[in-house]
Amino acid sequence: MNNTPQSNNVLEIRDLSIAYEPGKNAVNGVTASVKRNSITAIMGPSGCGKSTLLRAMNRMHELYPNIRTKGDILLDGQSIFSMSVIELRRKVGMVFQRPNPFPNMTIYENVVAGFSLNDIRLKKSQRDEIVENALRNVTLWDEVKESLYRKGTFLSGGQQQRLCVARAIAFNPEVLLLDEPTSALDPIATSKIEDLLGELKKKYTLVLVTHNMSQAARISDDSMFMYLGELVESGRTGTLFTTPKDPRTEAYLTGKFG
Amino acid sequence: MSGDRVTKVLLFISSLTILLLSAGIVISLFGGALPAFREFGFRFIISSAWNPTAGSEEYGAMSFIAGTVITSILALIICIPMAFSTSLFIAEYYNGTRTSGILRSLVDLLAGIPSIVYGFWGFYALRPLMVATGLTDQGFGVFTASLVLAIMIVPYATSLSAEIISMVPAELKEAAYSLGATRREVIFSVVIPSARSGIIASFILALGRALGETMAVTMLIGNANVIPKGLFAPGNTMASVIANQFGEASGLKMSALIAIGLLLFLITALVNYLGKLIIKRFA
Repeated sequence: MNNTPQSNNVLEIRDLSIAYEPGKNAVNGVTASVKRNSITAIMGPSGCGKSTLLRAMNRMHELYPNIRTKGDILLDGQSIFSMSVIELRRKVGMVFQRPNPFPNMTIYENVVAGFSLNDIRLKKSQRDEIVENALRNVTLWDEVKESLYRKGTFLSGGQQQRLCVARAIAFNPEVLLLDEPTSALDPIATSKIEDLLGELKKKYTLVLVTHNMSQAARISDDSMFMYLGELVESGRTGTLFTTPKDPRTEAYLTGKFG
Repeated sequence: MSGDRVTKVLLFISSLTILLLSAGIVISLFGGALPAFREFGFRFIISSAWNPTAGSEEYGAMSFIAGTVITSILALIICIPMAFSTSLFIAEYYNGTRTSGILRSLVDLLAGIPSIVYGFWGFYALRPLMVATGLTDQGFGVFTASLVLAIMIVPYATSLSAEIISMVPAELKEAAYSLGATRREVIFSVVIPSARSGIIASFILALGRALGETMAVTMLIGNANVIPKGLFAPGNTMASVIANQFGEASGLKMSALIAIGLLLFLITALVNYLGKLIIKRFA
């Protein structure tokens, strides 16, 4: 961390529009901000653009040349589009909907995959330390310390997802993007992940996409509600859930659609 | 009879027909090969003699086994870098683009060219080039045949490898990209390891095709019934000697040719079996 005073907002999204095909915006003119060391939930019905918005934050859309992005996103005041994409993705980690440990790697190798993929050479002792720390941080260490050299795909779904979180935080990113991280998990594994996220926000800033309203209510500090590509409403989670300003937010929260 | 039963009986009859056909082929091969094996015994496999003079007839399959194995493996070695890089280009680097679409169709087009046309091209275009290099007098030989064979099997290996590579889940690639990996790193650390067994399988399939390929090889290998003395020396393959000589063969010679056919069948079966073993080990 540098010594210059940092604004409370880690991410600032400015008039962001994203189109998968010309003229049809999946995300339309979204302006929002994400506060440091908090969990910001992005909610909305399927197809509302919440994942699309999230994936803009680490420039994932650039893998698909047809996707057009307009507007800007600032990370600590600097436009992410002016950074090297590799540097950006090391600062902004990501966890996906379905657990996706690398099937050809062991648990140990999965945790340090970010380093090996980037050809960053580390001493064995450094790697051991990173692996242990990351696995402790996701409360997986005690479960897997005897089987670090087995393939990650042998773990249960919930364990795999925590392994994926460990892989993402091994780099010590600033922001962690989570794209419906519990939608493929059973309730017990889900609650473990939710507890984990509550711990992780002390160190990182988390942005969580979820279609599960009660999950957003349980663990998030701030919430955004998206509908048909637009950011309908955002604010403190407690306020948004109890006194929504927009009738569409209210309709969604009361189960009228979604 | 109910519709269900009719379907079951029809399917059963079809499968049985296939089974009977393959059994019939194996039985007639065995039957036809028997006189040659009776006459020469195991020596038929290890001998490289091929003497059809009446009275002192002697036949052995070794020259042809050697020719087949050497040309096929050489073709595979030449094919691997071409097919591997093309499939990566089509299925990963330029996947979804117009360039990749055009290349994909061209590869499929190559697969559709009849073997005799490849042979023709090899004979009139490639052979003079080989003569020009000064490495061979007439341009016939193992290397010329292998080169054409390699070009012939590249499409099979390429389109199958490309299929396998494009099946690597997007979420794995995205996971690697999200960790800051570059495209090269994603390809070499995630895509290729995940697709490894399928890629190996596609090359084994290509080897299987090379082993049995006949016409183009016959036109280029020089048809000398000896173990090839070098890469640029003439030789003969199992499929070629059968194609060249079955028309005028009878008696013991015919039986020797059928025995070669049986051996070719067994070698191909062995290669496919080994391929499956390798896939199992890596999968």
